[in-house]
Amino acid sequence: MRYIFKTAYDQDIRLAKHGGHVFWYGVLMLVLVAAPWLFPEYWLAQLTFVLIYSVVGLGLMLLSGFTGLFSLGHAAFLGVGAYTQAALTHHGVPAPIALIAAGLFSAAAGVIVGLPALRVKGIYLAIATLAFGFIVEEVFARWERVTGGNAGIHLSAPDVFGFKLDNDVSFYFACLVVTVLATLAILNLLRSPTGRAFVAIRDSEVSAQSMGIHLARYKTLSFAISAALAGVGGALYAHKLQFISPDQFNILQSVDLVLMIVVGGIGSVHGAFLGAIFLITMPQVIALGKDVLPAAIGQAPGLQGLVYGLVLIAFVLFEPQGLYGRWLKLRTYLQIFPFYRRGMFQRQKSYLKSDRLK
Amino acid sequence: MQALQIVISGIAQGCIYGLIALGVVLIYKATETVSFAQGELMMLGAFIGLLLMTALGFPFWIAFAAAVVAMGAFGIALERLVIRPILGQPAFSIVMLTIGIGYVARGAITMLPGLGTETHTLAVPYKDQVWNAAGLVLNVEQMVIIAATLVLSAVLYAVFKHSKVGVAMQAASQNQLAAYYMGIPVKRLNGLVWGLAAVVAAVAGLLLAPITFVHANMGFIGLKAMPAAVVGGFGSLPGALVGGLIIGVVEAMAGFYLPEGFKDIAAYVVVLVMLVVKPNGLFGEKLRKKV
Repeated sequence: MRYIFKTAYDQDIRLAKHGGHVFWYGVLMLVLVAAPWLFPEYWLAQLTFVLIYSVVGLGLMLLSGFTGLFSLGHAAFLGVGAYTQAALTHHGVPAPIALIAAGLFSAAAGVIVGLPALRVKGIYLAIATLAFGFIVEEVFARWERVTGGNAGIHLSAPDVFGFKLDNDVSFYFACLVVTVLATLAILNLLRSPTGRAFVAIRDSEVSAQSMGIHLARYKTLSFAISAALAGVGGALYAHKLQFISPDQFNILQSVDLVLMIVVGGIGSVHGAFLGAIFLITMPQVIALGKDVLPAAIGQAPGLQGLVYGLVLIAFVLFEPQGLYGRWLKLRTYLQIFPFYRRGMFQRQKSYLKSDRLK
Repeated sequence: MQALQIVISGIAQGCIYGLIALGVVLIYKATETVSFAQGELMMLGAFIGLLLMTALGFPFWIAFAAAVVAMGAFGIALERLVIRPILGQPAFSIVMLTIGIGYVARGAITMLPGLGTETHTLAVPYKDQVWNAAGLVLNVEQMVIIAATLVLSAVLYAVFKHSKVGVAMQAASQNQLAAYYMGIPVKRLNGLVWGLAAVVAAVAGLLLAPITFVHANMGFIGLKAMPAAVVGGFGSLPGALVGGLIIGVVEAMAGFYLPEGFKDIAAYVVVLVMLVVKPNGLFGEKLRKKV
């Protein structure tokens, strides 16, 4: 058990709370930097995907986990970023500038969606974002001059001011840099007044409003930041796949993204990363299972959907705090061994928290 | 004449949306849970009907009744096993849960060997018949949908207005805690509401089957029922049906008069406009939260 003696107010908002944090995140960083020489090529590619999805997950986590707003159309922002990147790099814009533009375009789209979101909440917002997602997907499919329609569009390797990132290793490092920057940005945001305002809105809109938080401004801001991160993630995603088509940004992708943060653990930055790891490794695990299971089950086409659904149900029912919550419990168990009690993380059972009035 | 023809086929399609939306609103009113699995329940209903007719050789009407009863039981079981344990958790969790149920249902049906990946026709007795009336060519399948929706609405109206269970359901949907204090078995009613929603979904599935065929992905139509529910105002049962009709007619008109591509997104454009103009929907009540 570690006791932290607070001797300065600054310690409350410091990112690394104690030496253990510095050590373990340092080790993680070293492993990530050394990854190209540690892992085979295939796993490096998967790790790149994990980083890309983490960036998107961070954005969605900020929106859903910290501001408490639903989005069932986040794949649309991913798509806006991806297509912006494709169109700009096609015209010879250097990749980093295109990446920033992709983020900005997505943020603009986020503001547009955020506008009706100011008037509606809860399930209405989910449906509004769902509707937006469908409309954007249709636009991708029909605006053939820019997006190439349903046939899709190819991207060349990213060009960073004359330096081509045309192999897996260099692109991996580009993704790593973007992910680290995004993570630091989100962590910093969350300890700033803006981030506190987001959390206040999540916990109670009425109380947040009475504390002088401008709901409309902060909700739009949350949407914009979230969409910008999704756009940046989408741009990297497009470069990684080198080919994008509208059906990569459909409702199933949106649901996958939400699944990612729910499984990872809503309301924790770690959750975005754990969820991304889950989302990328799950198909591999299912593929492994296919060889073990009898052919009638293992080779059936619906297996993946079935497993995803069951995992989702299991998490919502048994571990609402996701993988990160599971890890917290495990850690506490080890730290205070043998004094862990079953009910330590039991949440107060609220009697049907109602959006209605009476 | 042509416009009228389009409107009629739009109304038929809208009835299906309306029925699915009706299930969503029923569940929402009772448990404040939004079920994204309603489309998949509809798909399950259609598949049960199909299996009963092809594998067991039931005649259509008996298969229809059996499928409806089976889905009712399924809905009650679903509520008991999966939904009830997490009541009271944030709405987000429950939405994710129903999405998970949808995934499982779709995956399980797709996994059925030799059945799940194919498209099937449901051999209804009124297949491919046409009525000619006053210059209109009326598709009997569509007429059956409209008629069945009318009958079902009347039955539901009678149940909610005059039966003990229906009145209790209304009470519970207005204020669960107060209803509980009055001795209404709220938990059991919630189970019944899920059963009722599954029944309505199964009816919608069996009505839709002759038009769009039976396949594992027919449940995606349930996503268009969400706009229907919002347009009608989420807490209103007649609103859900009216919303469905509006979405159906707008979609049919958009498919005919607007360029290709607008048909698929018409429902979503309508719902976005509705959310901006009148977020509470046509029949929704305007409520304001007090601290």
